[in-house]
Amino acid sequence: MTAHVEVNGLRVTARNAAGETFPIVSEIDFALKRGEVLALIGESGSGKTTIALTLLGHARPGATIAGGSIRVGDHEILSLDARGIAQLRGNRIAYIAQSAASAFNPSRTIMDQVIEPALIHHLMPRAQAEKKAVELFRALALPFPDTIGSRYPHQLSGGQLQRLMASMALVTDPELVILDEPTTALDVTTQIEVLRAFKAVVLERGATAVYVSHDLAVVAQMADQIVVLNQGRIREKGAADQILHRPADDYTKTLMAAARPAIRPAPKQAVLPSAPLLEIRDMTAGYGKIGKDGRPRIPVLRDINLTIERGATLGVIGESGSGKSTMARVIAGLLPPAQGEVLLNGEPLPPGLKGRSRDQFRRIQLVFQNADTALNPAHSVGQILSRPLAFYHGLKGNAARLRVLELLDLIRLPATVIDRRCGELSGGQKQRINLARALAADPELILCDEVTSALDTVVGAAILDLMAELRKELGVAYMFISHDISTVRAICDDILVLYSGTMVDMGRREAFRAAPFHPYTDLLIGSVPEMRAGWLEESAAARSLPRIGAPAEEADLCRFLPRCPARIDGLCNVTPPPRHQLSKGNDILCHHGEVTLTQVQGVAA
Amino acid sequence: MAGASSSSGVKAALSLIAKRFASSLLTLFLVSLVVFTIAQLLPGDAAQEALGQSATAEQVQALRHEMGLDRPAHERYASWLSGMVSGDPGQSLVANLPVSEVISSRLPNSLLLAALSALVAVPVALAIGIGSAMNRGGKLDRALNISTLSMVAVPEFLVATLAVLIFSVKLRWLPSIALVADDMSWGDYLRGAAMPILCLSIVVIAQMARMTRAAVIDQMDRPYVEMAVLKGVAPVRMVLRHIMPNAVAPIVNAMALSLSYLLGGAIIVETIFNYPGLASLMVNAVTSRDMPLLQACAMIFCAAYLILMLIADVTAILANPRLRAQ
Repeated sequence: MTAHVEVNGLRVTARNAAGETFPIVSEIDFALKRGEVLALIGESGSGKTTIALTLLGHARPGATIAGGSIRVGDHEILSLDARGIAQLRGNRIAYIAQSAASAFNPSRTIMDQVIEPALIHHLMPRAQAEKKAVELFRALALPFPDTIGSRYPHQLSGGQLQRLMASMALVTDPELVILDEPTTALDVTTQIEVLRAFKAVVLERGATAVYVSHDLAVVAQMADQIVVLNQGRIREKGAADQILHRPADDYTKTLMAAARPAIRPAPKQAVLPSAPLLEIRDMTAGYGKIGKDGRPRIPVLRDINLTIERGATLGVIGESGSGKSTMARVIAGLLPPAQGEVLLNGEPLPPGLKGRSRDQFRRIQLVFQNADTALNPAHSVGQILSRPLAFYHGLKGNAARLRVLELLDLIRLPATVIDRRCGELSGGQKQRINLARALAADPELILCDEVTSALDTVVGAAILDLMAELRKELGVAYMFISHDISTVRAICDDILVLYSGTMVDMGRREAFRAAPFHPYTDLLIGSVPEMRAGWLEESAAARSLPRIGAPAEEADLCRFLPRCPARIDGLCNVTPPPRHQLSKGNDILCHHGEVTLTQVQGVAA
Repeated sequence: MAGASSSSGVKAALSLIAKRFASSLLTLFLVSLVVFTIAQLLPGDAAQEALGQSATAEQVQALRHEMGLDRPAHERYASWLSGMVSGDPGQSLVANLPVSEVISSRLPNSLLLAALSALVAVPVALAIGIGSAMNRGGKLDRALNISTLSMVAVPEFLVATLAVLIFSVKLRWLPSIALVADDMSWGDYLRGAAMPILCLSIVVIAQMARMTRAAVIDQMDRPYVEMAVLKGVAPVRMVLRHIMPNAVAPIVNAMALSLSYLLGGAIIVETIFNYPGLASLMVNAVTSRDMPLLQACAMIFCAAYLILMLIADVTAILANPRLRAQ
């Protein structure tokens, strides 16, 4: 059987500010058979999305498809005119974009957009297209399949939108589907649901697919063939099994290593002073007016109690909306808590920014997720790092410059970057500067809000290494906020799991190695894709929710109840759960005892 | 479920619109205060202006009493405001006619001029803005860009003078003065008003076209537009069905700002073509210190501005499903 999709000698060029053209991808050859899934894998800048888009005859503004040939079925894509290519797009070749939340038009209903490809290519009348769309909604396990089409994108969640985008791609029964990082923007527990839906619907309809991803473990679930890309060139290609288990190329090996975070041992602790570095007592925080019961109108965090010892690392983990970032904002003083207090070295901190002394500011520093927006692009690296030195330590002139050079050395950047603007640095370098700016204050606690999630795996792993070294050298403590449990398990001494603003599980890192956990922790750990084929199918079998009656009108019921696979009718939906300690040391908020949890989770783990 | 949410959405949108309307009324009230105060701050008054420099202090005093100018300010404000609310803006001090009568002879002219200019300007501006956005970076875009930029930069009295020079003096197609009479035919009116319409349109077309282009281009860089391209959507459908629903709010806002100029800002054009509109009436009221007339004109301009803004706000609310279903 001949190949269904064939790409030969593909070359895409772009033009830089000086008007010179340079290649962004070159010498790309691959072929895949009808019904196969090919994964394009690489870091950002590797050209994987660029290649995927050329299959639709599309190059982003600034780029040009400069040479080579692409054949999909009987069509030579690059020899078609604009009208010819428009007839294929959304019809024979469909595209699923990375962020469905921004790829849907915010002003039009979902149904309008989902059936649009069928209507503009005159494939079927509107009524039939709507019927087909509803069938697809049902097949993709979307809630309210009959009415969800009349909603607008802002009324739906990211995971739902991603599945709706799949239905938009499939409504015309395309022969080739391009999936561009379709689960990257999703939480890990949502990702697994979306992957499952894709696998069931996209792949089992016999469509050929090209799956773009940076995540090897996700690719392992979907792909028959893998093409590894680096800087616009193919490093290695072959069957999925071979690439994942017997990679030949050095770069592929680096990628594989970075995907499995190395365990970084905690340094030996000095004798602990009497008071912990940071302590949070019975803290409740949120947005909106504070009501009579002392709770804000939109509560985000409730009843938080935790301590961070000097030089220790606390990992805070949870999905988006669980209140992780709000916790950092409360500690930093950006959001005064509604109840409870925050103590630094045993002394209560003023709740808001007002009233905090300069020294208290200095001791707690915040590193934001996105260095692109956190650093002023008009300032040079030297200016950015001098500012906290002048503000907190009164350093000026030569003394400040010397200290900046020391800081650059500390974060392993060459002294020459001191006069460069942030815009000229790479993502990883920018994140290092972001970290150095916090270090310039000489802090005791650094709040790291998702500092590696915007970075590629390899770059992110290097940042984690750097943070571990700094901790050893400077004895600084971290609060490490992340949605990625494998990173947190690798670098943190203590781990706190947040679900919907409540602490559901907290303990030493060792306690998170094996069951029993809180059921939500178990779901989080079980949702991290493993780098082997067949994992998705196995994990799919274990999920079924026991039926329960309507929850009682009680404010403090377990927040995880609607999703809990271990819930019990008559208990979990009636009484608030107690907080209790398991024998390996972690505190959980759950009705279940050690024995039942081990029984339930022992099977899955 | 969908039905329930959309009916509650309508209710929410209505209450939002009602709020905007109430705040417009409040603004109008505040403006009346400001207008009245500023009118009091102008040096001299109608009595002095009417009698000239040779009048004795007693004569002026007597006329002031007759005109009611010697009452305390808050009393005059209260009676003026209650008059305005009940539809009687008082007596013109100079023309000795009710202000409503003076205005009613001019207001239709101004409204007609503004409406016709808008009728010309809006479609042209939309076409230029969308056309140049769709050809972003191309030759057409650059040509339109340069021409709108020079239209913005050239002052309107120059446009008007050039138009007179070309169409009246050289070509002799159009009259250089816009004569408007009650018994004119539409054809005569249009011939007379053609140049004022042309000059006013040119000024606002340039502003609106540039804002339209910016709003459309802002949307063209969004991922949903690339998604639509990759669905095979043709360019015209792209603009009309995908981009415009999202761009309409900023465009209408910019248009409301530009169009409000057509009524009050037409003074230069009205003067050059001797067009009997409201703006020149207001300037005359200032020179003759005819406060009731001045205040009434100011309130009309302000109300027109607020109505246009209200229309823009309502459009923005209706165009945005987030606001609609809040």
